[in-house]
Amino acid sequence: MLIILVVFLVVSLGLFFLPGGLKKQKAILLALVQLGAFIWFAMRIPEIISINSQHLFIEWIPRLGLNFDFILDGLSMVFALLVTGIGTLVFLYAKDYMKSYAGTDKFFFYLMMFSGAMLGLVLSANLIQLFIFWELTSFLSFFLISFFHEKESARKAAFQSLYITGFGGLSMLAGIVLLGSVVDSYSLTDWVAHAGMIRESHLYLPGLLLILVGVFTKSAQFPFHFWLPGAMQAPAPVSSYLHSATMVKAGVFLLARLSPVLGGTSEWVYIISLIGVLTMLTGSYFAVTQTDLKGILAYTTINALGVLVLLLGIDTKESIKAAMLFLFIHAFYKATLFMVAGLIEKKTGTRELSRLGGLIKYMPFTFIISLLALLSMAGLPPLLGFLGKELIYEAKVQSPGIASLVLVLGVTSNIFMVAVSLFFVRKVFLGKPNSYEKQPNEKGLAFLIGPGILALLSLVLGLFPGNLGNAIIKPALSVVYAEAVDVKLVLWHGFNKVFFLSLLTIVLGVLLFWGMLKRKQLLETWRKVNGVIFSIELDQVFAWVMDKFVAVSKLKTKAVQHGYHRYYILTIFVFTTLLLWFQVFITRSWNFGIAFTLKPFYISGLAVVIILAAAATTVLRSRIVTIIAMGVAGYGISLIFLYYSAIDLAITQILVETLTVVMFMAILQRLPRFAVLSSRRTRFRDFLIALAFGSVMTVLALKAVNVNLNPSISKFFIENSYDRAFGENVVNVILVDFRALDTLGEVTVLTIAALGVYLLLKKPKKSKL
Amino acid sequence: MNSVVLQIAAKYLKWLLIFFAVLALLRGHNYPGGGFIGGLMAGLAIVYRGFAYNAFQVKEEFQDRPGYYIAVGLLAIFLSFLPSLFAGKAIMTGLWVKIPLPLGESIKLGTPFLFDIGVFFAVIGVTLLFIFSLTQKQH
Repeated sequence: MLIILVVFLVVSLGLFFLPGGLKKQKAILLALVQLGAFIWFAMRIPEIISINSQHLFIEWIPRLGLNFDFILDGLSMVFALLVTGIGTLVFLYAKDYMKSYAGTDKFFFYLMMFSGAMLGLVLSANLIQLFIFWELTSFLSFFLISFFHEKESARKAAFQSLYITGFGGLSMLAGIVLLGSVVDSYSLTDWVAHAGMIRESHLYLPGLLLILVGVFTKSAQFPFHFWLPGAMQAPAPVSSYLHSATMVKAGVFLLARLSPVLGGTSEWVYIISLIGVLTMLTGSYFAVTQTDLKGILAYTTINALGVLVLLLGIDTKESIKAAMLFLFIHAFYKATLFMVAGLIEKKTGTRELSRLGGLIKYMPFTFIISLLALLSMAGLPPLLGFLGKELIYEAKVQSPGIASLVLVLGVTSNIFMVAVSLFFVRKVFLGKPNSYEKQPNEKGLAFLIGPGILALLSLVLGLFPGNLGNAIIKPALSVVYAEAVDVKLVLWHGFNKVFFLSLLTIVLGVLLFWGMLKRKQLLETWRKVNGVIFSIELDQVFAWVMDKFVAVSKLKTKAVQHGYHRYYILTIFVFTTLLLWFQVFITRSWNFGIAFTLKPFYISGLAVVIILAAAATTVLRSRIVTIIAMGVAGYGISLIFLYYSAIDLAITQILVETLTVVMFMAILQRLPRFAVLSSRRTRFRDFLIALAFGSVMTVLALKAVNVNLNPSISKFFIENSYDRAFGENVVNVILVDFRALDTLGEVTVLTIAALGVYLLLKKPKKSKL
Repeated sequence: MNSVVLQIAAKYLKWLLIFFAVLALLRGHNYPGGGFIGGLMAGLAIVYRGFAYNAFQVKEEFQDRPGYYIAVGLLAIFLSFLPSLFAGKAIMTGLWVKIPLPLGESIKLGTPFLFDIGVFFAVIGVTLLFIFSLTQKQH
């Protein structure tokens, strides 16, 4: 497993170093890598069927519960096959699609990394690791969506998706940490083993809600769904990949993954089902009134995601079976349709429904492929979609508690889907050919391979679903449902309740389609009504919130980062003083004996000299004399060090003092004439602050003499300095050996400070460092 | 400031100061001294000569590039970490080799010494960069 991820990483990085000849074929190369990974996973199906999951565990930071922990079981298998299988076809498709754009190196790099991140996500068995991959997909999708970054709308959409999925990701991390604290582990196996403990913990509900926010943002659930239609700004291969096999499916995956741990409670069922139903309805409802090909597809994706989430929320054997099957169905038809939409846009130059029509004449194969996919989307026999819809209805009929609501809304939303699918076929392919700028054609076989294969799969698997059920869905189901379940998939279910529901859906769907087609006003009025009822568009609300957020931060930053050096210093001193006084106060540290002597007399004299010199600096009028006075204080202190035989300290103090004086002299030349400009009041304020700071430092110094530090540490240094570090100068041994890390830090700080000074003061023209 | 006496003195005193700086560095492990002190001394020595010659104003004449000193210093510090890493010990663990000298004596060399050398150069570089930046002629 790890090998595959490493190969993905290396290949995507290696793209930039390919020789010219190979570079032209990079899409094919990447498709081959994807295919290889697909075959690698497919070959492991037999192992997985016998309910053997493969584990890979590498310690990373075990103390934080953070390890490389990969698992390949039925569930990961489903997603891994989708990611690599659809990935193969997407790269094949992208080869021709991206030909005419610049910057394809970057594009394929992002897409391949994205694919790898998604694989890593579905193979993760450590929740933190899963989160890392999760964020990686958000990140990379940002670059993919903003690929046409010259367009403002693309940039906006990319930021929107990044903000929303990023926000969700953070919330999810909080949830993971919360629940992880219950079992004290982030390993999925531990979570599953202690599922009961997690479910009974008082942290269950907050943890669940936080994780669900992550799931709902990623999988574009209501009310976060609005980023997904925006994301159609991406190039068609990206949309095709994002909507079908990756990104938005990550949330669904996580739900399925955590279902054995968190599922089964009434909170789980009600929250998730409710959101799922709402999303399902929102998606199909708005899909009807869209005028943009990709817009229609984006909203039907929202519908499909709602269905998936709902099914996982219902959490019965049937519903999860239906979810797993629908995952494939949706991936097949949605990838097909996005690729077709991209193709149509390329060939005709438009995505507007009103400007399309009669394409069957120019693009017959595209028509057949789209027809299969759309029929699958509508859930008509004999396609896989029909099978899926039957199972979904069955699951909804049996959903505990909220069956009637779910069923009514489910049928309604499917009526919309039928109508939309038929409308799509009719408006794009049938009818009178529109006048196109250039004659559309079907040149470029690679364009059709991907959608063709997927459409065919929808058909073949619809007719012969047995293998899909046994080989792939059954193992996945046993992971999600945590017990072995038989999966028998057949196209024909017999005349039962579900069948009649299907019939009803189709009849009403066709009627709606008829109405939309024949009565032009219907759709117009519908759009208008939507315009009134849903006048508050969520993405505009979001944009408004972001704008205000930025404005508030700006205000706050201006208040804190005002740019006045004197106030920065003032703030630092005032806060330090307050904190220190506070500490002195709460520890009652003002009781201390005066435990220093004034002997010998020359040390006391020296102290007097230092005090006088320091006092002089505040009143002197000449800068040079002030600096000399400061030097006197500094050198005086070094003499005191010397007297108490801290020779290293004394030497360092003398050198630093010298350096300081030199530096001050250097700066002096640049300063303006010395003048006192501040008012009396300001100076009085500064005097008070200085007094408070000075007095607290005095208290601390006096206290330091009396505090009885644990002597063992200095004893340790003295005892071990020669024996173990081979040095007699303890100070130096501490610096370079015992506490070398501190020294390293100091050197680094010094270097950065020096670079800062250099950059601040360097001449405007280029000068040598 | 253009004093011939100062210039002549600086020419020789610079090297004398650097000699003492290196001495401080070498003896640091057993007697007062070390990389930090040595680095400050050497840095001041170079600054001293620079002041005497007014060299800060004339860039062409003055070829000491502080950035290089910092780079060399940080590199030496980095290199001093490698042996402990390859020996499988915790990073920054001091490792020592005893090199026998002809007259029965022996000298001990260790990674902390290399570390100290790194500090020595880094401090020279930082000192020079401070002073150079501050004394550059403004436009």
